Amino acid sequence: MGKSAIEIKELRKDFGEVTAIERLDLEVAEGELFGLLGPNGAGKSTAINILCGLLEPTNGSVKVEGYDVRKESRKIKELIGVCPQEMGVFPYLTGRENIEFFGNMGAVPKKELKERVDGLLEKMSLTEDADRRVKTYSGGMKRRISLVMALVNNPKIAFLDEPTTGMDPQSRRAVWEFLKGISGDSKTIILTTHYMEEAEYLCDRVGIIDHGKLIALGKPSDLMREHGVANLEEVFLKLTGRRIREAA
Amino acid sequence: MNGQRVMAVVKKDLRKMVREPALLFLIVLFPMMLTLVFGISMGGVGGDTTQTYILGVVNHDTGPSSSWSTRFIENLSANPMLSVQSYADDSSAETALSQGKMSALVTVPDNFDESCDSFQTNPGDPSLWVRATLNVSVDKGSMVATQAIPPLIQQALVTTLSGQQSSMSLPVSLGTASMVNAEKRSTFFYMVPGVFAYGTIFIIMTVGQSFTMEREEGLLRRMNTTPLTSSEFMTAQVMSNMVMAVIQVVVVFATAFAIGYRPETGVAGIAMAFLIVSVFSLCCVGLGLITATVAKSAGAATGLAFVFIMPMMFFGTFVTAAAPNPVSSEIGKFMPSQYVTDALTSLFSRGAPVMSQSVVIDLAVVLACSIVVLIVGMILFRKYGNR
Repeated sequence: MGKSAIEIKELRKDFGEVTAIERLDLEVAEGELFGLLGPNGAGKSTAINILCGLLEPTNGSVKVEGYDVRKESRKIKELIGVCPQEMGVFPYLTGRENIEFFGNMGAVPKKELKERVDGLLEKMSLTEDADRRVKTYSGGMKRRISLVMALVNNPKIAFLDEPTTGMDPQSRRAVWEFLKGISGDSKTIILTTHYMEEAEYLCDRVGIIDHGKLIALGKPSDLMREHGVANLEEVFLKLTGRRIREAA
Repeated sequence: MNGQRVMAVVKKDLRKMVREPALLFLIVLFPMMLTLVFGISMGGVGGDTTQTYILGVVNHDTGPSSSWSTRFIENLSANPMLSVQSYADDSSAETALSQGKMSALVTVPDNFDESCDSFQTNPGDPSLWVRATLNVSVDKGSMVATQAIPPLIQQALVTTLSGQQSSMSLPVSLGTASMVNAEKRSTFFYMVPGVFAYGTIFIIMTVGQSFTMEREEGLLRRMNTTPLTSSEFMTAQVMSNMVMAVIQVVVVFATAFAIGYRPETGVAGIAMAFLIVSVFSLCCVGLGLITATVAKSAGAATGLAFVFIMPMMFFGTFVTAAAPNPVSSEIGKFMPSQYVTDALTSLFSRGAPVMSQSVVIDLAVVLACSIVVLIVGMILFRKYGNR
């Protein structure tokens, strides 16, 4: 593994009496497209929120690009882009205005921002609808806009929390191709998803979380081979005795 | 502080104001409607006018030589502030007065001519005058009429006897108050300063709703994942809400002006009013942040905002001006809106100079309150509201 983009050591997160993450150790290399899999409530989003600086860990050490999330969250926020699980789009702004807003948050120079916005809208097939207000968009279009908003500042690390949920298969496939296209080089992508086929197709490595614990980690092909099954869904079944959607 | 980020948030908020019908209504249409409705209901339409009072007259001096009483009634009729209606007897006139068909009733006694003649014959010797009394009854329901009408009758009496409008000793007596300035200002004139404060108070609700809504929709969390700092975000909020407050002042002022309101101040006074309201908007942003901190949803924020809106409205805006009393005045001292209303009243209604002591003190109080409330609101929201 090359240089680490993310280093998590003995992470624990409690919400009162409830433990969301029990003991998580994880390293993600720079340029890796890493999938965090698991049912709802497994602790995926909590882990992402800690990495983004939205939540404080209860215990353990978390570093993003070498910066400690407790002490240097401001530095981290300059390096990351986040596509949250909820839509997180301004309904009264147009698609273009939403993207520009987050570009401005990243202090992207005006000329460069316009070029980037146009390019990203084109890649996501949203150019025609870019100047309509987002509240008139379908759920899938909002998801695509939300994804572009996370990437417009050209982040070193992109956290994509279930970015394709609610999309039709065609749109989902388009997003997959888009993500394949931008991964690599020095851009790291952390993806959470329910869709095992999405993880199989996109991810260099995956980590499977259940009840706040990392229960499997590796390349999808290695995990399937190791457990003697045909897909990641069956890996989860074998490890937990449940299907991922039943668990959700 | 990054200007690009601050301006992006300001632009977003202003776009929201223009594009969200509910917000546009609260910021622009509501103050416009409020001003119009108050202007119409409080007599502000068409500007300040000369009031005309209906005066009933019963003349008991109707003998063959009643030229003095006739001349007196003619002089009453010549006054543009009086509309004189003659009645044949006391009973019908008193009934009309009690039914509110007139503002006052004057009864000319049967010895009026005789009294005037005695004055004419011996103007310098009051001991030879025949004394007479004009009975005047005024509708007590009209405070202005009780003050304004007796002097008008006195004026007509003097003109009748001396041919000129001057104060002099007369044989005919009338219970009079000192002369009052009978120029009539509409109630609206005195309420407009409070309307400015009233409109701005609703920023509490818009800020409270806006923040809770953005929190509910995950937008605040999402913005928290960007390099946008708390100070940049709050600066942008202050700027956008100040712009909204200025827009409200323009709307209220333009609407009031269109229906005839003319303040007793010039451009500098109006500029000072903009400054005072803008400073007050900071206080409203602070209270809006406190509302958003406590409220769990946008709907709850609407209700909670009234915890701040109601006292400021009833003890510090035009409502107080409409029905002043010692208790509300005392409570009003704790309401920033009271100082805004007072400063604007000094400027717009009393014609006070821009840098007069009362205006400067009011501005200082509003500024101090606004800074404290804004800081408290920011601290609370940052600690407990931005989750």
